[in-house]
Amino acid sequence: MSDHDYRPKSKAGQWFNDRLPLLTLANHLTDYPTPKNLNYWWTFGGILTFCLITQIVTGLTLAMHYIAHADMAFESVEHIMRDVNYGWLIRYIHANGASMFFLAVYIHIFRSLFYGSYKSPREIIWILGIIIYLLMMAAAFMGYVLPWGQMSFWGATVITNLFSAIPLVGEGIVTWLWGGYSVDNPTLTRFFTLHYLIPFLILGLVVLHIWALHVPGNNNPVGIDIKKPSKDTVPFHPYIVIKDGFALLMFMIVFAFFVFYAPNILGHADNYIEANPMVTPAHIVPEWYLLPFYAILRSVPDKLLGVVAMLSAILILAVLPWLDTSKIRSAVFRPLYKQFYWILVADVLILGYVGAMPAEGLYLLVARIATAYYFLHFLVILPVLGFKEKTLPVPLSITEPVLGGSPNLAAARNKESKIE
Amino acid sequence: MSEKKTKRRDFLFTATTAVGAVGAAAVVWPMIDQMNPDASVKALASTEVDVSSLTPGNTLTVLWRGKPVFIRRRTQEEIDEARSVKMEDLIHPEKDEDRAKNPEWLVMLGVCTHLGCVPLNDKGDYNGWFCPCHGSHYDTSGRIRKGPAPWNMEVPKYEFVNANTIKIG
Repeated sequence: MSDHDYRPKSKAGQWFNDRLPLLTLANHLTDYPTPKNLNYWWTFGGILTFCLITQIVTGLTLAMHYIAHADMAFESVEHIMRDVNYGWLIRYIHANGASMFFLAVYIHIFRSLFYGSYKSPREIIWILGIIIYLLMMAAAFMGYVLPWGQMSFWGATVITNLFSAIPLVGEGIVTWLWGGYSVDNPTLTRFFTLHYLIPFLILGLVVLHIWALHVPGNNNPVGIDIKKPSKDTVPFHPYIVIKDGFALLMFMIVFAFFVFYAPNILGHADNYIEANPMVTPAHIVPEWYLLPFYAILRSVPDKLLGVVAMLSAILILAVLPWLDTSKIRSAVFRPLYKQFYWILVADVLILGYVGAMPAEGLYLLVARIATAYYFLHFLVILPVLGFKEKTLPVPLSITEPVLGGSPNLAAARNKESKIE
Repeated sequence: MSEKKTKRRDFLFTATTAVGAVGAAAVVWPMIDQMNPDASVKALASTEVDVSSLTPGNTLTVLWRGKPVFIRRRTQEEIDEARSVKMEDLIHPEKDEDRAKNPEWLVMLGVCTHLGCVPLNDKGDYNGWFCPCHGSHYDTSGRIRKGPAPWNMEVPKYEFVNANTIKIG
């Protein structure tokens, strides 16, 4: 990379940079050559960084008023909502921020699925992303427990009980997780501790995620390898910064809508009832972003196998780069994959819907079919498609379809290879 | 000569690693074990309940170790229903005689063995309990009959201290 040759202009800058090359890093980040055809689906990386920072800042301020104790947690949240200056605002940003975070991460993940961003040489970026996603789910789950409402308590009970499905040691693990014989004060205090820790772990992984990204550079809608820097790239600053900034603004409008106009629409009314270990709410539902996995859990009639299916549904993503055998990255040039991609999107949305419904009758049947299809997509369709699919011709560069101009593809290719 | 030296180093290396590993484990264990139930939690291991006000066909729910315990004074029909079930019809075969030593009294943890919800009383296809979370049906002996739960509701250790008092734990 050429930015290793960077030298600050000022004497002081040089003196500092020779001792700690932070300016070299800043220069790398501003000049970083980015494909010039990135569309708005590529702006969610920046949006996600914003979400993480928002959660950390609002979380820190909430922690100044929250009391992690089974007898006081529920009241302290009400205290934040009613007494603390702007407490309602900070808490609503934090609570809806979690939903916005997941909304953005799902778009980010499905962007990768469409444009094949997980494929070689970007497998490590992808796997780091899956680890971040897992940590996000852990953080969100534990955060939901902290207000100590009915959904907090019973959500925690159900999720921690998933571990009891493990043969022999399961019960011991659950008791260890609880620090008692049921979800209680020791559980709450450790969840608070971990909820506080995980965002910083995510922050560290985000640094690695971006570092790994900057080795091969961004994938792009055409999905081809490009020369960097070249006429196919633009510097990150100002081009991508401005585009990301604009997308972020649009995203913040949606965010603000939820915070100011529908702050409780994504939550559950039962969580405004204090936790009661004697009464289970009639209908336990997790937050919307976990519903597809909840549907998979419930669609399997066996306890252990249900847990295994749910975990596999997430972990299967980690091996996706090796399940997808197609050499072509972008779905733009994969007519069959493009259709299966949209079926998968629909399948996940259906799973999310039935996850929110009672597990009986038609809902259960639909959940079972959708679960089966989810695994079929990754384990059968993707591996086979790579061999069977007739892909469309891929351009040699980003500029070729636009500037090549020649209807004769062969001529354009000749021209391109001469330039190279 | 040189080979002998390498062997000595190998020994030191292995010994250091072994001692280091034991030391690391000795430090890690307290960090893990601190999360297990502490002395104050364990101290609340038993509770005494006055059941004199309970009439047949009613259930008393008490909290023991943070979990609800159902104490049901069963009617004769419920006892007959529980005792007439064939073992081969059960998912987790247990005789009602073993679950309720005194047939009139059924004492068990009110915790669904699927994922830990509290089942509802007098509900479900078997006139016992029904778990609203994921649809497990229990009979009048608290045995799982239908649904995702793998086991019968657990019978804790308990005894009648006198005619009106049950000690759980």
